[in-house]
Amino acid sequence: MAVPAVSCKKVSKVWKPDGPAPVVAIDELSFEVARGEFVVLLGPSGCGKSTLLYMIAGLESTTSGTIECDKLPVEGPSSDRGMIFQEASLFPWLTLADNVTFGLGLRGEGPDTRRKIASKIMKKVGLGDVLDKRPDELSGGMRQRVAVARALAMQPKVLMMDEPFAALDVQTRAKMQNFLLQIWRDSSASILLVTHSIDEAISLADRIIVFTSRPGRVKKDIRVDIERPRSTRDPAFHALQDELSELLADEVDRSFADQQRSVIGSHSS
Amino acid sequence: MKSTNELTANVSDVTPKPKKVATGLSGKTKYRLETAFWWILSISIFVGIWELCWYVGWADPLLMPPPHIFLSDLPETFKFFDRGNIIGSDQTGASLLGVLSVLLWTTMRVVAGLGIGFLLGVATGLLSRYNRLFGNLSLPLVTLLAPISPVAWLPVAIFLFGIGNTPAIFMVFVAVYFIITLATLNQIDNVPVSYIHVARIMGATRRQIYTRVILPSILPGLFMTLRLNLFAAWMVVLIAEAVGVGSGLGQIVMLARNTFNSSLVFFSMTLIGLLGFMLDQLLRIVQKRLLWWLDQEGQK
Repeated sequence: MAVPAVSCKKVSKVWKPDGPAPVVAIDELSFEVARGEFVVLLGPSGCGKSTLLYMIAGLESTTSGTIECDKLPVEGPSSDRGMIFQEASLFPWLTLADNVTFGLGLRGEGPDTRRKIASKIMKKVGLGDVLDKRPDELSGGMRQRVAVARALAMQPKVLMMDEPFAALDVQTRAKMQNFLLQIWRDSSASILLVTHSIDEAISLADRIIVFTSRPGRVKKDIRVDIERPRSTRDPAFHALQDELSELLADEVDRSFADQQRSVIGSHSS
Repeated sequence: MKSTNELTANVSDVTPKPKKVATGLSGKTKYRLETAFWWILSISIFVGIWELCWYVGWADPLLMPPPHIFLSDLPETFKFFDRGNIIGSDQTGASLLGVLSVLLWTTMRVVAGLGIGFLLGVATGLLSRYNRLFGNLSLPLVTLLAPISPVAWLPVAIFLFGIGNTPAIFMVFVAVYFIITLATLNQIDNVPVSYIHVARIMGATRRQIYTRVILPSILPGLFMTLRLNLFAAWMVVLIAEAVGVGSGLGQIVMLARNTFNSSLVFFSMTLIGLLGFMLDQLLRIVQKRLLWWLDQEGQK
């Protein structure tokens, strides 16, 4: 079997493990992402799916279990693993071109090389003519495209995205999803995207991993076999929508009940 | 009231919104003209009321001389400025040059103190967060010294540096340094986590995160703090000059007070106001150059 791009084995994360009330965010979770695969992590908010992403990125440590990328254990951030956040988080003091090649600058690449790469990648994301503009001169969707360009400039093997389109309006979001699919097809990177939107998951994913509410575990691993481009009118799309809604509704109910219990519990203590 | 007009003309000359020749009155020119208009009106009303009080006899010209009196005999007023900057130096003669030299020295002390205070304050703040040991050793001290008024440092300044430029610069430094250090810490703690994450994802070392992410992202806030504290620094330098330097604008105010020269009092107050204002404008220009990515209109 081919070496998986990402492999999580019995990964757990506990917040405040030594405190009086440790919180288990993720509980012995295992899954693999194949090379070039587009995997969506779907779950109710607070189920630890973002935490998992941060651990794979190396920004957060695991409490137990191992995470490997290309058979190498994750010990910290690496430019092999790109990440895109909910906010574009472009640096306002740099031009767009300098933002895109920020990582190359850290490696000591010269201005000429950086410029060349910036213009190439910005063209790819459809922003070839705004290299010297400032981030605050762009709309939210354009800023997020620059964030994608910035991640691509590092030529990552895995691209992680933490609800990247959550802050955008519905129309822009649909456009950005198409844009992302195109970028993904052109690169050889695997994509690992976190969302709580069922439609977004179905539109994008090769595979959807549904999370349970806290503590996060894999509830179901679903392969999406709908031909791209996918239409929301496709009956298969509908069927999957229904299935996922049901799976998620259970979890949301459970997490609601949990929250209520914990609120009442903290009141009585 | 002819003199009133003269004064407003003077003042509008130093207002920083230059009235460019209105070619087709673009939005910007219109905005500037409007600003200039309100400036002139605001000052005119104030001066007008003052002059009126004098005219009807409410304001004693010996105690509260209106602008047309304290601005009338400039050569006589200038004489007080011609003691040269350094005690015991030759007289420079009663001229505008004497006034300018006094202003220049005072400004120089403020700028030097501000600059040193800003740079060292930012450096202390950054280093305290970068190096835990340094932070643990220095922060309690800084927190303890920060609330001490710069004026309380005056004797210390004189013990340490004697009479001259240094104690005045030191006082301005004290007025700025602690505030900037504390502001730096506060700004560092408020740098968006996502900036740090982005940098780490791209493989930035700790040092690179400090120099390439934290420093540029805290500078705008710090510059704002610096500008807000310019006036404090400006007040402190006058006190230092009045007591510990023996020259500069502060000394002139002291002289005016001791000789009961109300004209000189108001004349030097005018100079102090104008100069402070111009320094603020200067800082604003520096800010614009240094922090080019900020929208100036949004930074007021």
